[in-house]
This record gives sequence, C-alpha cells and structure tokens, in this order.
Amino acid sequence: MILVYIEVREGKVKKSSLEALSEGGRRAKDLNTEVNAVFVGHNLDSLATEVFPYGASKVYILDNSLLRHYSAESYAQALVNLTEEIKPDVLFFSASAMGKDLAPRVAAKLGVSLASDCTKTAAKDGKLEVTRPVFAGKALATVTFKSKPQMATLRPNVFPLIEPASEKGEVIKKEVAIPEEQIKGKAVEVIREEGSELDVTEAEIVVSGGRGMKGPENYALLRELTAILPQSAVGASRSAVDAGWIDHQHQVGQTGKTVSPNLYLAFGISGAIQHLAGMSSSKWIVAVNKDPEAPIFKVADYGIVADLFQVIPHLKEELKKVLSE
Amino acid sequence: MPDTESKIRINHDNNTIQEEGLNFILSPYDEYGVEEALRLREAKGGKVTVVSVGSEEAIVILKKCLAMGADEAILIKDDEAETYDSLRVSKIIAQAVKEKFTDFNLLLFGKQSVGADNGQVPTMVAEFLSLPQVNVVTKLEIEGNTGTAHREIEGALEKFEFSLPAVISAQKGLNEPRYETLKGIMAAKKKEIPVLTLNDLDIGEDELKPQLEIVKMEGPAPREAGKIIEGEPAEAAQKLVELLRKEAKII
Repeated sequence: MILVYIEVREGKVKKSSLEALSEGGRRAKDLNTEVNAVFVGHNLDSLATEVFPYGASKVYILDNSLLRHYSAESYAQALVNLTEEIKPDVLFFSASAMGKDLAPRVAAKLGVSLASDCTKTAAKDGKLEVTRPVFAGKALATVTFKSKPQMATLRPNVFPLIEPASEKGEVIKKEVAIPEEQIKGKAVEVIREEGSELDVTEAEIVVSGGRGMKGPENYALLRELTAILPQSAVGASRSAVDAGWIDHQHQVGQTGKTVSPNLYLAFGISGAIQHLAGMSSSKWIVAVNKDPEAPIFKVADYGIVADLFQVIPHLKEELKKVLSE
Repeated sequence: MPDTESKIRINHDNNTIQEEGLNFILSPYDEYGVEEALRLREAKGGKVTVVSVGSEEAIVILKKCLAMGADEAILIKDDEAETYDSLRVSKIIAQAVKEKFTDFNLLLFGKQSVGADNGQVPTMVAEFLSLPQVNVVTKLEIEGNTGTAHREIEGALEKFEFSLPAVISAQKGLNEPRYETLKGIMAAKKKEIPVLTLNDLDIGEDELKPQLEIVKMEGPAPREAGKIIEGEPAEAAQKLVELLRKEAKII
C-alpha cells in the first residue's frame, strides 16, 4: 500500500499534497496496490472527502486537539503510530515547507532513509525507484531503498494532478495519544504580509528580474505583469537579492529556491550557473536581455535581445489583450 | 561543498561526482549558522564549537570557522563515499553530541547542504536527541530557556516557540556573516583541531549502513537553445505572446 500525507494549511488541502496523491495512485497501479491518504490535525473530518476524487481508497484522520498547532514532534509521532500499524510499502509527502520539516522526523523515528525533493518516481521489480536533483539540479541521482517504508518527498509543481473522479472511499478516524510534554516546539502563528504574493515554488508562471532591473523600484514593472498573469509570482536572481533590491524569499537558484513553473520569464538575468540550476526544469523559458551573449539564451525557448524596459510595456499590453479575450 | 559556481561532472562508472578541480567552500547556509552562534555568544556568553563530519579536507573549512571567531573545532573523520543518505551523518552527529557535548543549549545547522540538497540532517539529529527543531529560520530570539523563531514557509513566515536545548537550521536572511579578520586568521592557525574517529564515538559500521542505493547518476537533460525573436520591442513582444499562445499553449 502507498500512503500519502495530506497537508492542511489554514483550513485548506494543499495542492502539492494532491499532486503527491496523484503520483501515489500512478505507482499504486504499477505495484498492484492501493493508495491511501492520511491527515494529521484537529477537526479535519470535512476535508477528508476532498481527496477521494484524487484516487485515495481510504482516508485516515489522526486527530487530537494538541495537533491544532503544527509541530514535527507530535505530527511525526502520530504518523509513526499509523505506519507501524498499517505498514505501508511507500510513504509520500509533498516537498513543501511542512513536508520537508516533517518527513525526516518520521524517517528518523522509523530508522529508515528518505529521498528528498524527488522529480520522478517509477516502479521497478516491485519496488520504488525515485530520481532527485542534487547540486541544485546540476546532476540527477536515481535511488532505490533497502528499507521499508520507502519514503520520499515530491517536489511541488512537477507531478500532474489526475483528472478528479467522483469516487468515494472509507474514512478511518483515529484519536491519537500525544503526551503534551513531548511537544517542545510548535508553530504558534503564520505571519503573512498584507498583499503578499504567491510563492515562487507554487506559481505556474514566474516573472523574474536580475541585475538588469537596475534598482528595487523597477520590480514594480514585474508586479504589473504578475497582476495580469494568473497564478504568477515575482522571482529574482542572487545578485538582485544581494544588492538588497528584493527580499530573498524571491531568490531563484542554488542558494535560493528551485522552481519548475510552466513558464519562466527572465528579465535582465544573465544566467549564472547557480541561477540556471534553480530554474532549468521550467517547462518554458523566455529570456529578455540586452546582451546577445548572455548564457540565459542557451536555455531559453524564446529569447528577445533588447532592453527590458522597452519590451515590458509592450508585453503588458499584448498580454492584456490576449487574456481579456 | 563545491563552490556554487562549479560545474558538476559525473563519473559514470561508479555514480560519483568528479571532485578534481572543484573548489570546496563552507556551505553558505552553514555560514549563517556559524554567524548566528557567534552573535548569540557575544550577546549572552557561552562557547561556540564547530563540528564537521567528513574527510580531512574539511579542516580548511573548520579553520575558516575558527577565524570567524568560533572557540573550538572538531572533525569527525568519516571517509564513506556520498550516498545522499542523511541517516548516516545524522546518527554520527547525534552520537557525537551524546558522547562529547552533553552541556549545550543550541545545535545550529545550515538548512541544507548545497550538494546532496536533502535538508534532512538537522531534523534527524533533533529526533535522535529528542529535541525540538525549527528549520529554515530567518529570525531567532533566545530568552533564558526558551526561544522564538521565524521560519520560511510558502509565501509567509511561521512563528515557532520552543524550549532549549533545540535544533535550529539557518536560512539566508538570518544574518549577514562576518569576514574573518587577520587577527582571527592568525589565531585560528595556532589552534589544534582534534580529529575523532567513529571508534572514538563508540558507533559501529552496521548501525550506519546506508539504506539508499544509488542506481544511476546523470546530468540534467540538456535544454536546447530556442528561437531568438527578431524585431523592434513592440513587434517582438507581440510575436512572443503569439508563440506562448499558439506554440507553447500556456496563456
């Protein structure tokens, strides 16, 4: 059986968890088994039905009022209790902020290894085989597991959602015992700035600016584009972040975030190797740069050799026209 | 870890990366961790010890930490080839802490290496030592036996409260690491760096066997350069949108 952890943030099921569930379903088919989902938290019953359309046969809900606040210690304990009881062959998490924080704690409790941030999974000889970028995508390692459950976190925005079906399944609710003194650290608040944007790792379109943006004030131009483009976010190169033009939350590249959106628009980004490492897995790449020799053009599907300040206003008008149709 | 500007080449016969010609540096995330430790010591007193697990080449990196101002450095020698399995190094660190550093307040890490890119070690060590963890931290405050930290999540920050001792992993933004001073470099030169073996830590190889097996290492699928769209900015922008609609079909 394949078990997929379903993350809930601010009362909503996270899309990247449904992606992991969809991928779990595909591998379950290959391995002639079923895929099940597990929630951890408090009062989540109403969310359980949201995952059946994505292929879950059973949904486990691990409930305790102490689980209202996220803590890797308590969440891992709840998941380990279930894992020891139902013994899944495979355990998937989304490689979201929570998944990356929680999965290693579960793996350590179980004494098994974990493959992080996978971009491909396959079934081979009845076992799971996963591929994951190392050195920020400069190389890919394909690994198999000698221990069970075979544990992996799956990179958001990489695995397609299945077409939702009107399936129903079984809901199994379990009260879990968590000794309060075992929780020595917990999340108490999510601080979201007003008007805050979508995260670059979750965006379907990333509009990114580098050194060529010339100053912090010009990121407003990129925000004008993200205001028009659906599911888009503003990204930046390391040099722009290090210059203090934009917060490092936006940085794409080896010491920033690795993204794989449908469309990556690079404005005034030369394409240093550490930047390319973080965005080369984007489905389509567009580069606008004055320098025809900029390395970014070597990876771009479409390139415009021009001053970005002259291109953006026209691009904005064209996009407005097309998107309003 | 190799410098972030490095090109990575693969030895296909044994699924390793070619280390020859690579410039090894202190991982940038670890640097934020060291800096935060130094700042805490300056504010509250105490001692900063830096620990690395790996080959003797890591001594240069430990010297850099001493030059930044760390009080002492220890190398735990482990020449095992990279398996991208965090369990091994986490067990070694946890055991070293149990054996050698019973009296500590905080274990600081970088949020991930810049290589294996797992980001698992801080959390696994926290679990092995039954400590709370806060990962990907951009703000840290310690007050007596408790602390608060902000960690990065998708498009927001998550505020954590925890008791000490605790595990913290550092993210860019936590601080601005200092440069080594000449005085620091001279002092670091004089300091001995003790080298411990796995035997010294009373930890057996069978506990450490990797549970991941690398089947294949390869370079990323090469991207081919696409079209350069000619024309004046207005015309190029129009052609681009047309291509994104008709050819890429994404808008």
